[in-house]
Amino acid sequence: MNNLELKKTANAVRKGIVTAVYSAKAGHPGGSLSAADIYTYLYFEEMNIDPANPDKEDRDRFVLSKGHTAPGLYSAMANRGYFPVADLVTLRKLGSNLQGHPSMQYIPGIDMSSGSLGQGVSVACGMALAGQMDGAPYRVYTLVGDGEIQEGQIWEAAMFAGHRKLDNLVVIVDNNGLQIDGPVDEVCSPYPIDKKFEAFNFHVINIDAHDYDEIRAAFKEARATKDKPTCIIARSLKGKGISFMEGQCAWHGTAPNDEQYKTAIADLDKIDTELAEVK
Amino acid sequence: MSEQKKIATRESYGNALVELGAKYENVVVLDADLAAATKTGVFMKSYPDRHINCGIAECNMTGIAAGLATCGKIPFISSFAMFAAGRNFEQVRNSIGYPRLNVKIGATHAGITVGEDGASHQCNEDIALMRVIPGMVVMNPADDIEAKAAVHAAAAYKGPVYMRFGRAACPVINDRPEYNFEIGKGEVLREGSDVTIVATGICVGSALEAAEKLAVDGISAEVINICTIKPLDEKLVLESAKKTGKVVTAEEHSIIGGLGSAVCETLAEAGNVASVYRIGIRDVYGESGSAAALVEKYRLDAKGIYEQVKEFMLKGR
Ligand SMILES: Cc1ncc(C[n+]2csc(CCOP(=O)(O)OP(=O)(O)O)c2C)c(N)n1
Ligand SMILES: [Mg+2]
Repeated sequence: MNNLELKKTANAVRKGIVTAVYSAKAGHPGGSLSAADIYTYLYFEEMNIDPANPDKEDRDRFVLSKGHTAPGLYSAMANRGYFPVADLVTLRKLGSNLQGHPSMQYIPGIDMSSGSLGQGVSVACGMALAGQMDGAPYRVYTLVGDGEIQEGQIWEAAMFAGHRKLDNLVVIVDNNGLQIDGPVDEVCSPYPIDKKFEAFNFHVINIDAHDYDEIRAAFKEARATKDKPTCIIARSLKGKGISFMEGQCAWHGTAPNDEQYKTAIADLDKIDTELAEVK
Repeated sequence: MSEQKKIATRESYGNALVELGAKYENVVVLDADLAAATKTGVFMKSYPDRHINCGIAECNMTGIAAGLATCGKIPFISSFAMFAAGRNFEQVRNSIGYPRLNVKIGATHAGITVGEDGASHQCNEDIALMRVIPGMVVMNPADDIEAKAAVHAAAAYKGPVYMRFGRAACPVINDRPEYNFEIGKGEVLREGSDVTIVATGICVGSALEAAEKLAVDGISAEVINICTIKPLDEKLVLESAKKTGKVVTAEEHSIIGGLGSAVCETLAEAGNVASVYRIGIRDVYGESGSAAALVEKYRLDAKGIYEQVKEFMLKGR
């Protein structure tokens, strides 16, 4: 996909996110929206996957370590064809496959169940290690939150990945600057994030999480990097795309009401119109 | 009944902490990026210098609390039960339990009434985990009044305490002048002769309602509220079990390791004085859904308890 197609797709993914959370009357829009461009790039451009054959052995793996942003993952997967986009409105309801946090027991194509923060990088290390042991060509991607990296297990995993030279592993930090109780640097600062991962023997790339030139270049660079895992620190805007959610801590885990939902969709419709005019 | 006051016990926890703040200047409250959800936010507003946000790092928070306790503070650490008891288990066991430090664990969002977040956040195992730690007091209050009383009692008690609170609003059942709370003391809330329902937490209110329905069918059920699961009020449980010969336990927790197990252990060691049925989560994970829908599906509401007691009575064991 070219950048314009990616942007159009990401806008559809964002619509799916707000629609899912709106119908669930619960869930986490902020961190789903900040990562929407990353989800879109992974599922529509970067990863070797096949929605018709979700368990194929040599597929690339994705671990959503920050499992609360499941609406973003679900919307990307639905738009990619893993299940109908119409299913998104069943999010979090009794009997739905779209559990509040991702479960591999419910949805084929989800490579790991998650929801308890801090555990995904370790699991991704295990997958990357198995790939190395088997000489398999697949790559492993994991998305973590910038609040989530306060968990010590993240750094145990980082030390292991660096030590083992897991160059088939990419850790993406959604650096939206916010967690639940406030800005990350006010709650318990994780900064400098890049120097930390560098110290753990990662190849580190800083990018703008909403710029497809930078996203594309970063994943390319990761592929070319040998003998080191890569960490992509993606500076993002929490709530990106929805005027009243952008940069607002309060929209971490709150669902829009009827009126707010209308505004949100209008915001995204406007982006659609703008993108339609681009030649 | 319809206008019964409802309040989530996590709210009670936050409110009681504010009261403690005034009473003890060495009470400190620790949180792990969930101050709004665990309701310690109200303490933070009143006593910002004694509220410590550790970020999303529960195990570290537990160790920090242990250190604070060795220096004379009374730390209350707060998170969801899944993390406070689950992720933290070994830190609690070795850094709080073993050195017998004066740390209080306030675990909110316990059980399936977490609701929409789903199985990853619905901790039905915390009572089991905390109960096996030597010297740990384990309390699971039934309503607002009991929750506040439990927090005050925990502060007055010297040693490790685990307190379990819920996310969803639940009816206030202990609003009576003679109400008195003591760690380790259960209470007969309704007398009966055919069956004993030993309940804890949100199941206490449902058990009382179920007992009323059972009475209509001619079954006289005794209802016991057990807030302190450890140490268990064995005397009270045994007396009632000997009287009725039939015991049903009811808890928003796995039937393995929680109140049901504790009661069975007591009854078995006393010589199997009664037959038992355990109502609870039957060795499965939860799922997403509203708290009300889940309580119904997993048969922990009044209807579910009523039906299961009847099924047990019919089996006649
Ligand atoms: C171990 C653990 N502790 C606490 C939580 C509750 N929780 C869910 S989201 C969240 C904040 C996450 O912030 P961040 O990682 O920055 O995510 P984002 O901003 O991308 O939404 C917390 C504390 C959890 N899910 N797991
Ligand atoms: Mg964040």
